[in-house]
Amino acid sequence: MQITSQTFKANTVKALADVDLQRALRHVEKGFIGKRQKAADALPEFDALRDEAVKIKNHTLKHLDLYVEAYVAKVEASGGKVHFAEDADHARRIFLDIARRRKAKTVTKGKTMISEEIGLNAFLEENGILPVETDLGEYIIQLRGEHPSHIIAPAVHINRDQVEADFRKFHVHLDPERDLVKPETLLSEARQILRMKYGEADIGVTGANFLIAETGTSVIVTNEGNGDLTQLLGKCHVVLASLEKLVPTLEDTAQILRVLARSATGQEMSVYTTLSTGPKRPEDEDGPEEYHVILLDNGRSNMLGTEFEEMLRCIRCGACMNHCPVYHAVGGHSYGWVYPGPMGAVLTPSLIGVDKAGHLPNASTFCGRCEAVCPMRIPLPKMMRHWREKEFESHLQPVAARTGLGVWAFLARRPKLYRAAVSFAMPALKLLAGRKGRFRSLPLAGGWTKWRDLPAPEGRTFMQAYAQSGHGQETSR
Amino acid sequence: MSGSTRDAVMGRIRRAVGANPANDAARRAAVAARLSGAPKGIVPERGQLPPAERLDLFVTMATRADATVTRLEAYADVPEEVAAFLRERNLPAEIRMGRDPRLAGLDFSGTALTVTTGPSEGDDLASLSHATGAIAETGTLVLTSGPDNPTSLNFLPEYHLVVLDAADVSGDMEAVLTRIRERHGKGVMPRSVNFVTGPSRSADIEQTLLLGAHGPRSLHIVVVGEPTDGAR
Repeated sequence: MQITSQTFKANTVKALADVDLQRALRHVEKGFIGKRQKAADALPEFDALRDEAVKIKNHTLKHLDLYVEAYVAKVEASGGKVHFAEDADHARRIFLDIARRRKAKTVTKGKTMISEEIGLNAFLEENGILPVETDLGEYIIQLRGEHPSHIIAPAVHINRDQVEADFRKFHVHLDPERDLVKPETLLSEARQILRMKYGEADIGVTGANFLIAETGTSVIVTNEGNGDLTQLLGKCHVVLASLEKLVPTLEDTAQILRVLARSATGQEMSVYTTLSTGPKRPEDEDGPEEYHVILLDNGRSNMLGTEFEEMLRCIRCGACMNHCPVYHAVGGHSYGWVYPGPMGAVLTPSLIGVDKAGHLPNASTFCGRCEAVCPMRIPLPKMMRHWREKEFESHLQPVAARTGLGVWAFLARRPKLYRAAVSFAMPALKLLAGRKGRFRSLPLAGGWTKWRDLPAPEGRTFMQAYAQSGHGQETSR
Repeated sequence: MSGSTRDAVMGRIRRAVGANPANDAARRAAVAARLSGAPKGIVPERGQLPPAERLDLFVTMATRADATVTRLEAYADVPEEVAAFLRERNLPAEIRMGRDPRLAGLDFSGTALTVTTGPSEGDDLASLSHATGAIAETGTLVLTSGPDNPTSLNFLPEYHLVVLDAADVSGDMEAVLTRIRERHGKGVMPRSVNFVTGPSRSADIEQTLLLGAHGPRSLHIVVVGEPTDGAR
């Protein structure tokens, strides 16, 4: 997909002015936050399970080579095949080889973010293969020619009336007078249309929430059942997964599952948690004839052993974006690539480069809610700071910002000079602001004053006010 | 092609994690120990109950996940329960099921039901499966693939009826995993293990929860017999 992370600022201006988007985004805050809290409160061991989940992933990452080795051996023993993919292009070529060999014309798809990461749909279409998204949200955005704006609620940026309009536009074989006001009728219509597709598919593609080394198993976690139908009824099942999905054992999977659904949708368990191991067995009466796993690196092995390693613990629950004030304001598409919100602000620069995605880690208020709710306790704000530092070191920021930071750093290292400068600046700003005590516009701060006034300083510096209050003396006594 | 990529990827991982000949044996031992020992971690208190309370918890949690649950004294009562379920919903008196011996042994002759056997072709309205087990902690059913209970019966029909032996209800997922391991062998799995918690749903339109997305609209659990301590 076209990367637009470079124009993040322009994207957000558009998003803030988009009435439909702003209407849809209200559901994020309303829907997810309370449900997650309720689910967390209902399980006394929730925080202890988070700690355990962190330990499991840390252990796995430290021994990733060996767990990958064990996993591959088990997949092969169950009759499946693992293909290592260096990057997006390589993964697409591997997929095309499998599709060509199977003479595939139609590919059904359960929800997979790796497919977005490698741009599979556009590539398949270029090669004369029809991809059919089967997750309701993914189906809606495929009709609209869009990409997911959220990692677990891909169509969260769209309102019911927009879905109705799309269904009327695309499902032209159905009665134009039909009643589609209720969301239930939209769901049934999508269900009926997709029903036909599963069995026709030459290949069923899914992602994976976990790859289990002990058994060579891929796990998907869903609510709709579309992923299950996709992997069950397609003649060939292809799993798209990245390296960090590895977990050692079934028991480790059970631990992490307990924090996954609760953090994502506030459910105790998602409706369907499905463990798939290899293709159809001789005695089976249903199931895919072939089972392939495309195991994607695409920059992950380069994150290992760096300050961004902890990001590889991410289980893609979406809690960070559900709780993010920036995401609530601008939605997922503003981030300009596959992964939005705080996890995207850390992961995107790792995968496509900080030169393209430098705005993302800057788009944070550092309120810390993302880290507070992350089931895997990933220090997202700290990592965003790492990216800001890297961006500064590589001279990627605009001259004004660099100069400003340079001046501030010069003064901050010289306290006497700093105090002299601010004790001159504060009264000067108070004077300039006049009686209203606010600035309606300011040079170099247009980005702020375009949306709201800047309150003027009240005249004294903090240090002066502190000294006059007498508190300083009290504590030094 | 893939072989050299594999070597390249694995080489990068090994360098990044600091693997070297000196620590190789210790690292391999740590991994082998975890894979064979499969430590349980933290198992919540919630499911750790005596048999009768454990079954009650299962019923509560499954109901909370929008499944319907009924209890029967014996397998002989299952055919009438299935017939009544379909009748009450004005559904055709037809049911599709697998070759599970516990279901094959049922006598449907006292009902008006047409019973067919095999995986779903997609046009069955209702199916009957037998669960391998269940998890009280979350109200979850456990179904395993094979000719006894083809996986398509779990997903294609709109109404999924599942028979569950009360003695097979475990407190937690870990106990179920132990039983699967005992049955199939260490490190070996049935092709598909399905953990099912309530009927299918979607909240993709304005975060409004709707039942009956692509899988069944209705999940009806028929618990047979009395709970025992066998399943822990």
